[in-house]
Amino acid sequence: MTAILNRIKVALGPDMAGPGFALIAVLVIFSLASPQFFSWATFGSVAFQLPELGLLTLAMLLPVLTGGLNLAITFTANIAGLTVAWVLQQNGGADAGPFAFFLGSVLGIGVGALSGVVMGLVIAYTRAHPILVSLSMMIFLRGLGEFLTRGGDVSGFPAFLQPLGHGSILGFPVPLLVFIGCVLIWHLLLTRMKLGFNTYMIGSNIEAARYSGVNTRKVLVLVYTLSGAMCAIAGIIMLARFNSVRVGHGESYLLITVLACFLGGVNPFGGFGRVIPVAVALVVLQLLSSGLNILGANQHLATAVWGILLITVMILRFAAGHFQSLKRKKG
Amino acid sequence: MTGRESAKSGQKPLLSLRNINMTFGGVRALKDVSFDVLPGEVHCLAGENGSGKSTLIKIITGVYRPQDGAVIEFDGQTYSHMSPVTAQNSGIQVIWQDLALFPEMTVAENIAFQTLLGRWPRFVNYNAMREKAVKALARLDVTLDVDRPLKDYAIAQRQIVAIARALVGEAKLVFMDEPTASLTQSETDHLLDIVRTLSASGVAVVFVSHRLAEVLEISSRLTVLRDGALVGAYSTEGMTQSRITELMTGKTFDQTVRARNVNANPVVLEVEALSRPGQFEDISFAVRRGETLGITGLLGAGRTELALSLFGMLKPRSGTVKLEGKPVHFSSNRDAIAAGIAYLSEDRLSLGLIQPQSIADNLVISSLDKIISGGLLSDSRKRDLVAQWIADLGVKIGLQTDAISTLSGGNQQRIAIAKWLATDPKLLILDAPTVGVDVGARAGIFDIVAKLAETGLAIILISDEVPEVYFNADRVLHMAKGRVVDQFLPAACSLAEIEAAVYA
Repeated sequence: MTAILNRIKVALGPDMAGPGFALIAVLVIFSLASPQFFSWATFGSVAFQLPELGLLTLAMLLPVLTGGLNLAITFTANIAGLTVAWVLQQNGGADAGPFAFFLGSVLGIGVGALSGVVMGLVIAYTRAHPILVSLSMMIFLRGLGEFLTRGGDVSGFPAFLQPLGHGSILGFPVPLLVFIGCVLIWHLLLTRMKLGFNTYMIGSNIEAARYSGVNTRKVLVLVYTLSGAMCAIAGIIMLARFNSVRVGHGESYLLITVLACFLGGVNPFGGFGRVIPVAVALVVLQLLSSGLNILGANQHLATAVWGILLITVMILRFAAGHFQSLKRKKG
Repeated sequence: MTGRESAKSGQKPLLSLRNINMTFGGVRALKDVSFDVLPGEVHCLAGENGSGKSTLIKIITGVYRPQDGAVIEFDGQTYSHMSPVTAQNSGIQVIWQDLALFPEMTVAENIAFQTLLGRWPRFVNYNAMREKAVKALARLDVTLDVDRPLKDYAIAQRQIVAIARALVGEAKLVFMDEPTASLTQSETDHLLDIVRTLSASGVAVVFVSHRLAEVLEISSRLTVLRDGALVGAYSTEGMTQSRITELMTGKTFDQTVRARNVNANPVVLEVEALSRPGQFEDISFAVRRGETLGITGLLGAGRTELALSLFGMLKPRSGTVKLEGKPVHFSSNRDAIAAGIAYLSEDRLSLGLIQPQSIADNLVISSLDKIISGGLLSDSRKRDLVAQWIADLGVKIGLQTDAISTLSGGNQQRIAIAKWLATDPKLLILDAPTVGVDVGARAGIFDIVAKLAETGLAIILISDEVPEVYFNADRVLHMAKGRVVDQFLPAACSLAEIEAAVYA
């Protein structure tokens, strides 16, 4: 039995234990508490809500792995969404064609990436703390966005955007497919590409990486650029889901993305963490809130339960580490 | 053995340990160790990494509790184990290698803060604190501005602050863990003077150091541990460095001069009038294929800066560097690596290797292109490459995915060397390759260096330990104050000649 468990542990990686355990716990508890939990409705609500938070978490993940942070993710997403909206409106608003949307998306991703490039350059060259740099970017983007929209909503998009937010292909919601695609790209980037390898190395010790011949500035700039581009994808999905763009959309997701990273076993000081456990952690968070919803709990209570879950995970992780070191001492 | 010796000297020991046993996770870290320190003496505790030195110190200072049956006598009192509080209150102080000081606080605060802990009323009396600090520094015959933040002072002065802090704590016995590891020769001399002052005022000092020359110079007695067991306690009178090494490792090392004549080989690197004002000036030399060029000199002689300039990480102001006859200009170390220059950093812990990351990743970080297949990094190629280097250099590891920090200093250094060899260098610069490597493992490192030279690699070996370059280099340059002042051929001169020149 333990041999099988060990085999599974090795196959999944040690950082899978926390999120995996949480996933099983949530599934068991809610299916006992409510017979409706195992249903298409639950799956559907998780599948449609997961991608926004999930894409933003992917955007947060890369900077966290380098030992940094990107606090501008939600506003980058919305500015990119605004860019798409602007292009659509210039081309006839609700009558705009698919090409206008394509053009807008390319431009929007460009804007997101640009915000990342700026942050990356400042962080790499001035060695200013990423929290301060991205906080400044966040304030700038919020101000800019509120100025451009006068604080209101931008809406009136063509009908063909509906499926991107609400449609399904073979039963799978389109936003979920986009998210899964992005997870796979991030996974490939971090496990099989030089940039990913160097991201981990920089996260553990940037000076030693530089002495080893890693172009640390280039890596930092690319990491924040990709983070910004991922924000833009999240922004486009949000545009399609809400059928509108507002500067404040998804603002409350910001800190939850950080916590989702840590719940997924990412080292808060950088250098360690994988994409798949983070994705599982996101599923856990979403199942939790959907489950509570089914039980009739208030939406705000669900958020509070997220907080409790995360604190519990930190304590359990500490206890597990403590237990292991005790075991090592006693032998 | 120790008992006999202290009885012979007729003095009652200040500290006396008997039957000290300690086990960690099934491994016996200390086996029935005895240890005596006489009042006011300078005593050296010697042994390789993992021999049990720090465990012993931690038992004496109450960090660890020894197994039952232990007897600790200190200053007339008998204990079965210490606690950190009893140890401090009875006058035992430790100066750890990292000093445990607060850089942002002033010198006075650093020296005197311990005396304030737990006193009522809980207010800070800055005048009393200053007074105590000034007094403690005066006892050491040192003047420092006690109001300046500690970070303004260099490591040597910080060491003194740590000693002063021990004095404020009314120390009768001070342990110093590798106190000279990061000091220059003149700073070391100053520190040794302070240790003498301390010992003359009646404080016993236990010195833990890898540098055997210092051990012989400063201490009157020596206790050697090997693999957690006591080898013996000796008087340092008539003791030699090689004898201590033998006691520590249980092996005999006969060092022979390895220098060969490689003048027929083509020149790999040629440096002409290279200058970087304030760090090094007018440096000219050449290294040939298969040659090991030693560069020695005191810390601060500009050796590391010169190496970093050749490695593209610093920009020389003037002069030329030619690699295989062609002038080269590097705008970063990536250019240098691509051109075939590798640099093993003197600071393995924070610059040479990425300590939390795996052995495999540390080995391949500088040669990722070698493990790419089909545009992506290949895990199997990485495994094969790492396995090959580990076999080639005889590194002992557990799993390739273990953190590099789990390896011993010697094995870490082998991985660091492998990392650079994987970049196919023409010139390998080794900056202090034996720092933090056990005496026993150093020979292994130099065997590798010799083998590499045989294959035609040009090597620059930088070390402030003259014997290292004397025995292992074909030619030795002596750098002082940023200039090359002399050149020696080990085959044609004695070790004493070079040492006299360097330490003059």
